[in-house]
Amino acid sequence: MSSATATAPKRMLARPMAETGWKSWLTTVDHKKIGIMYGALALFFFLVGGLEAVLVRLQLAQAESTLLSEEAYNQLFTMHGITMVFMVVMPMAAAFFNFFIPLQIGARDVAFPRLNAFSLWTFLFAGLFLYSSFFLGGAPNGGWFGYAPLSTAIPGNNMAFYAVGLQIAGLSSLVASVNFLTTIFNMRAPGMTMMRMPMFIWMAIVVQFLLLFSLPIIAVALFELTFDVNFSTNFFQTASGGDPVLWQHLFWLFGHPEVYILILPAMGIVSEVLPVFSRKPLFGYAAVAFAGAAIAFMGFGVWVHHMFAVGLSPVAESAFALSTMFIAVPTGIKIFNWIFTMWGGQLTFTAAMKFAIGFVAMFTIGGLSGVSHAVVPHNAQQTDTYYIVAHFHYVLFGGAMFGIVSGMYYWWPKMFGKMLSEKLGSWHFWTWFLGFNLAFAPMHLSGLLGQPRRTAVLPEELGPTVEMYNLISTVGALIIVVSTMIFLVNIFQSWRSDEKAPADPWDARTLEWLTTSPPKAHNFDVIPTVTARDEFWHRKYAETEAGAAVPIPAGASDDHDPDGDHGEHIHMPHPSYWPLFMTVAFPILGYSVIYRSLIGGVIGALWMLVGMFGWVIEPLAEGDDESAAAAAH
Amino acid sequence: MLGTIRERIRRRDRGTRLQSIALLAVMAMVLGACSNAPQSAMDPQGPYAQDPHDLIKVVFGLAAFIFVLVQGLIVYTVVKFRRKPEDDALPVQTHGNTKLEVFWTAVPALVLAVLAVPTVQMIFDLRAEPDSPDTMTVEVIGHRWWFEYRYPDLGIVTANELVIPVGRPVRLEMTSLEAGQASNAVIHSFWIPALAGKRDVVPGRINTLNLQADHAGRYLGQCAEFCGLSHANMRARAVALDPADWDLWVAGQQQPAATPAGGAEAAGAALFANTCVACHTIDGTNAAGIVGPDLTHLMSRREFAGAIFDLYLRDEAGNFTNQPNLALLADWVRCAPDLKAMRPTGENAVGMLCFEDVLSEADAANIAAYLATLR
Repeated sequence: MSSATATAPKRMLARPMAETGWKSWLTTVDHKKIGIMYGALALFFFLVGGLEAVLVRLQLAQAESTLLSEEAYNQLFTMHGITMVFMVVMPMAAAFFNFFIPLQIGARDVAFPRLNAFSLWTFLFAGLFLYSSFFLGGAPNGGWFGYAPLSTAIPGNNMAFYAVGLQIAGLSSLVASVNFLTTIFNMRAPGMTMMRMPMFIWMAIVVQFLLLFSLPIIAVALFELTFDVNFSTNFFQTASGGDPVLWQHLFWLFGHPEVYILILPAMGIVSEVLPVFSRKPLFGYAAVAFAGAAIAFMGFGVWVHHMFAVGLSPVAESAFALSTMFIAVPTGIKIFNWIFTMWGGQLTFTAAMKFAIGFVAMFTIGGLSGVSHAVVPHNAQQTDTYYIVAHFHYVLFGGAMFGIVSGMYYWWPKMFGKMLSEKLGSWHFWTWFLGFNLAFAPMHLSGLLGQPRRTAVLPEELGPTVEMYNLISTVGALIIVVSTMIFLVNIFQSWRSDEKAPADPWDARTLEWLTTSPPKAHNFDVIPTVTARDEFWHRKYAETEAGAAVPIPAGASDDHDPDGDHGEHIHMPHPSYWPLFMTVAFPILGYSVIYRSLIGGVIGALWMLVGMFGWVIEPLAEGDDESAAAAAH
Repeated sequence: MLGTIRERIRRRDRGTRLQSIALLAVMAMVLGACSNAPQSAMDPQGPYAQDPHDLIKVVFGLAAFIFVLVQGLIVYTVVKFRRKPEDDALPVQTHGNTKLEVFWTAVPALVLAVLAVPTVQMIFDLRAEPDSPDTMTVEVIGHRWWFEYRYPDLGIVTANELVIPVGRPVRLEMTSLEAGQASNAVIHSFWIPALAGKRDVVPGRINTLNLQADHAGRYLGQCAEFCGLSHANMRARAVALDPADWDLWVAGQQQPAATPAGGAEAAGAALFANTCVACHTIDGTNAAGIVGPDLTHLMSRREFAGAIFDLYLRDEAGNFTNQPNLALLADWVRCAPDLKAMRPTGENAVGMLCFEDVLSEADAANIAAYLATLR
């Protein structure tokens, strides 16, 4: 156990040192604990966003239903979109990035541990801030895409919460992207070249670059929207020469890279899971890495495909039709490489593997409908209909969520030292697969049969076929609810179970499986020296020229243990109040903007400054500025 | 032994599964032509809808083929390469295949390049000003939450139903206004799937859309860009008339409204002049309001309130009769926000006011009787 040294200067607030107990979670800078909190919060928001979806589906199960008022419906579908994108999929990815980037690259933590905690608490406050709007006059009701000038035409504070809430959420991810990029580029274990990194790390790099370059764009847009909504400026208003279409450009310049931010982590996960349960390496590693980078790069050049109905010039539409078509090529490359990873392998269908294969199959469907959107003349029929809703749920639910859940089943033993039940996992998969397809497949058809999206009422005049499809979708959504409950039961039984998970339950390939389950606070007793891609696997098996592999006796490795003490005196950063303290400033500032409180704004700004100073003055670990090594376990 | 039998069964299953997939794809196409989906985008009734439809059928076919190929590969792989109990040694650790990579990069790229040509061609063709001398221009103005139609060459202003002549190209010029101003307007989207794809209706901008109906009929559509509270209650209609009917319609629309002789209709007209003129126009009276729809020939239409309510009663088959829906009209006049979600008072007010404090039920009935004369 650590203790403050006798020579430490007295401070008003003593440095929290506890590594256990509930308070230690509030002050932790341990990437693993932060990752778990991200995951738990994201799971909670998944249930909330799912409830919003179920209410939407209940309203649309019948034509002309009066279950929900238009106002209630508009708030629910808006918050469903915001929640799933910003409060579920992104933080789930952050959970895995947090827990596994350091472990997979052989590091002990991220480059900036307190900044890491800052990202987490900023995300939490963004979510709480957004949801507080339900109690403060109404939640955002202008769609998750918040098109101008509707966003300023809606009375009340609903869209002010949208503008400010998303601004806070964006800060969380922007800051994290800098953290992870610095970590990956600077803290890889000796011998881990770029081409020896796990594919999950490659996808993580690509995602962080996407965040780094797209978030500032939406930040600018949201500042402009905040000013239009709160201070009557005219960025997006026609009155003084502003242009509502400007909002769309800014939003989608962020929004399209955003969808790759949403899918690439799941692609990274699937690129880890498929090889492990096929017992052979990822097929076409370089191609998959390059395709990921290509998708990201091209992803900045397709945004207008969300605006094909706005009335831009045919030249612009043609250019973006082409770029949108061609972005299908790197995506296809990945799909084929995943299939051929399995080809010739020895497949075991654990729950993680089922979800990973499900990802490949469902994402293919979403990708195909996506390419059909690029046929601009017909896009004018497809856009703003349920055909689009079908597309993005296939890629975001069938893709991102399936991938994320695969990651949960795969990495659960490493994170918690317990196994999830394979039997319940199988039930979870099949009910989820059934419910998901029942919910979203009919939407392709109801959209093409004329059902627009974002409509609070299903018009009877669309006909009985469309009504039938909507009913089937609702049934599918309810099956997803049941499936999710099976998942929650699985999590609960795992938590209660005494059965300890081994360090390497799956005979896996990457460095995180070298650690204990769960890992010790400092991850590795000895930082591994990397001599190959899939380093951990190469410590278990030797590959012959012909590609055959034989097990090798345990023990041999090049790991350099300078102190020879197997991790007895490893210097880890200490917990800190400052990240949490500082992030409290954001809701204060947020409410001050919405309620136009100058005093609140001043308090919030001062709070933030105090937090910043306290943080900067504080050393990463107590005793850092002294020669004696501080004890840590 | 057992493995082989199971494999054989699964191969048969796979075949059947592929057949059912193909069948489903065909059904999806067929369903598009069903008349029980009157707003279908898969049942083109004019050239501007037909051309994209023909192109997308090719694309859907291609997508179906790729779907079968990829899903088939997946199914085959998970069946053929399951780990068997005798699999102790690891499989061959294949790392990749450059030839395959080149193949599945180049072939999709080539297919897309081929697809791009008719796509780009059609983008330009659909947008071009129709070269027929019969082309008619109609202005479409999006309001919250109804569509207004102006025929500048004919001096006609209507709402909710875009009446057009059969077989002639119509060039729509569209923008969004509230009470004549762009400053309070929001983005809508005009969409009649049977006749054309949709195009957004944007404040501060004039967007054009070509459409043409090849057959007489009533075509359904809806606003397709989220525009707030009653977005779902903003419907569009296109009514295509044969030449003789078209001429009659134009002539009728160009007449001012008749003044009622007496009775309930005259009482209603007097009430109208006191209560409704701030927002509505009736040619031939002093009503010249531009907030709400032009009502001069209200009863020449079949639906009102953003085309969500019937102006005439329907028979059992669902067809319109000649009986005006007087009760509903009276309810609407008396307190419209009770029937359609609107926000006529308060900050950023939009929509029709509730008049129940000003108009009694008898008053409303009289106004409805007057409106029923506006044919």
